[in-house]
Amino acid sequence: MSAGTPEGWQRLHPLSPVVRGGRATIAIFILLIPIAFGGDTLGHATPQFAVIAVIVLAGFVSWLVTRWRIEDDDLRIETGLLRRQSLRFPLAQVQAIDVVRPGLARVFRVAELRLRMAGSSGGTARLAYVAEHEVEPLRDQLLALARGARHDEAAPAPTAELERPVPEEHVLATVGTGPLVASILLENWWIAVVLAGLLAGFAVSPHRVAGALGGGGFVWAVAMVTFVWRRFNQQYRLTVAEGPDGLHLRGGLVALTAEVIRPGRVQAVRLVEPALWRPLGWCRLEVDIAGRQRRKGEGEAQRGQLHALIPVGKRSLGVELVDRLLPDRPRELSRPPRRVRWKSPFRYRALSWGRSETCVATTSGRLRRVTSWVPLEKVQSLRRVQGPVQRRLSLASVHVDTAGRSAHATLRDRDAAEAATALEELTDLARTARRRPAIA
Amino acid sequence: MPALVAAVLLTVASATSGGNPVAYSFAAVSLVVGAILLRFVGRRYRSWGYAEREDDLLVRRGVMFARLSVVPYGRMQFIDVTAGPLERAFGLATVRLHTAAAATDARIPGLEREEAARLRDTLAELGEAQAAGL
Repeated sequence: MSAGTPEGWQRLHPLSPVVRGGRATIAIFILLIPIAFGGDTLGHATPQFAVIAVIVLAGFVSWLVTRWRIEDDDLRIETGLLRRQSLRFPLAQVQAIDVVRPGLARVFRVAELRLRMAGSSGGTARLAYVAEHEVEPLRDQLLALARGARHDEAAPAPTAELERPVPEEHVLATVGTGPLVASILLENWWIAVVLAGLLAGFAVSPHRVAGALGGGGFVWAVAMVTFVWRRFNQQYRLTVAEGPDGLHLRGGLVALTAEVIRPGRVQAVRLVEPALWRPLGWCRLEVDIAGRQRRKGEGEAQRGQLHALIPVGKRSLGVELVDRLLPDRPRELSRPPRRVRWKSPFRYRALSWGRSETCVATTSGRLRRVTSWVPLEKVQSLRRVQGPVQRRLSLASVHVDTAGRSAHATLRDRDAAEAATALEELTDLARTARRRPAIA
Repeated sequence: MPALVAAVLLTVASATSGGNPVAYSFAAVSLVVGAILLRFVGRRYRSWGYAEREDDLLVRRGVMFARLSVVPYGRMQFIDVTAGPLERAFGLATVRLHTAAAATDARIPGLEREEAARLRDTLAELGEAQAAGL
């Protein structure tokens, strides 16, 4: 927006390459410090200078050749100098919009806008970075367009009507810092054990511990700390609020994120209770939205974990929120036949399923109790699977597939006849649910 | 299928390679194995099936793990028709349906090529008519 070019093309914030460089930028500054202070080393530092110059130039060029604009109902991004890319993102398919502010971006008062699209190839439109004060209006404009408003209605200079103070929203839950730390350590108790062991060891004989760390253990220690830190940084003071344009999630310690999940885009809801949380009555509430995103910097910490609405909270709060998301959730779950104990002795106690007219619920898990809800209008396909052991016991499982990343409901180990009827019923219910005009 | 081919080859090879009893007994064993495999192949072949219903496609597959998938036409994202070298030699093709869910596993192997093409076109048409958003 800083440098408007003809035909509505817009550039990113000029400081984008600096922020995008992230750690590299900091490294460059550190490199520069001795040069700045010790004047006589200037001659030795020429190669360093050349490298820095090339990096800076590359960053500048990448900024120069990147531009974006809103075309009718699409967001178009053009980028690349040698390999020119023109990307078009239909706004009607936006699943969620995130505003991400890493530490460095906060220093320079810029923010990244991420549009998460549907589709298994996992397209994510990234506008990195946009000036901080422009991000919110732009997001609102994009959301309005995604809702189906025409371009010319939503377009009037993103200052006039869109500069409402704060869109009226209703805060549903915030996560405290104490429970968050406790929950991360309890869920990954082995990390806690190792860390405590290290600390204790340090107190007793620092030399031995230092030796162990030097011998390869160091890498592990760093990996563990990073893991815990990522989780913590991401979920620090996470707040869930309900706004007119969907669910708002805000949180983060150094890197701030704010995202909006559009209503009716939730593919599945999952309530997870790890074994060590259960005595405390805690749970984690996750929602699954379409699109598979493996973003950089997200990978490890997020793998196997979905979008946490409440990273940790009382079970009652989680259930309350589920009711809000899926008003018609099934209340009564039925248990599998007793002979399932022969097949899954550990899981037997946790297994159950139930359905209402619009929603399926299943529970499972050996140590970690997982309850999943899938709205039937989101069902992609249904599968009945019967393995050799199940056939002996005349059991079968029915899988309910959704477009989400990993949460899908499975009616595990039901009586074969029941599974067959369930498959038929669910097929019919899913069909009617699909035909019904989407809620909101 | 590759196992069956291997069994046949082994039988032939060991029967023709020389007159010693070891080779003959080996040939006998591989013959028996081949026969058993042939039965498995038959069972597996019979397990494959599909049915076009009004709103969805049913696909059945598997002997040990019997799978029955229901894929609504409206949920289909795209349809693949593939034919490997062996399939091509017999004029066959495999039709695979994809939905937005990665877990969807609807594969119809061993279709005649014309039937595969017909199925693909019908499904594409039905999918278009009933397409539903995510």
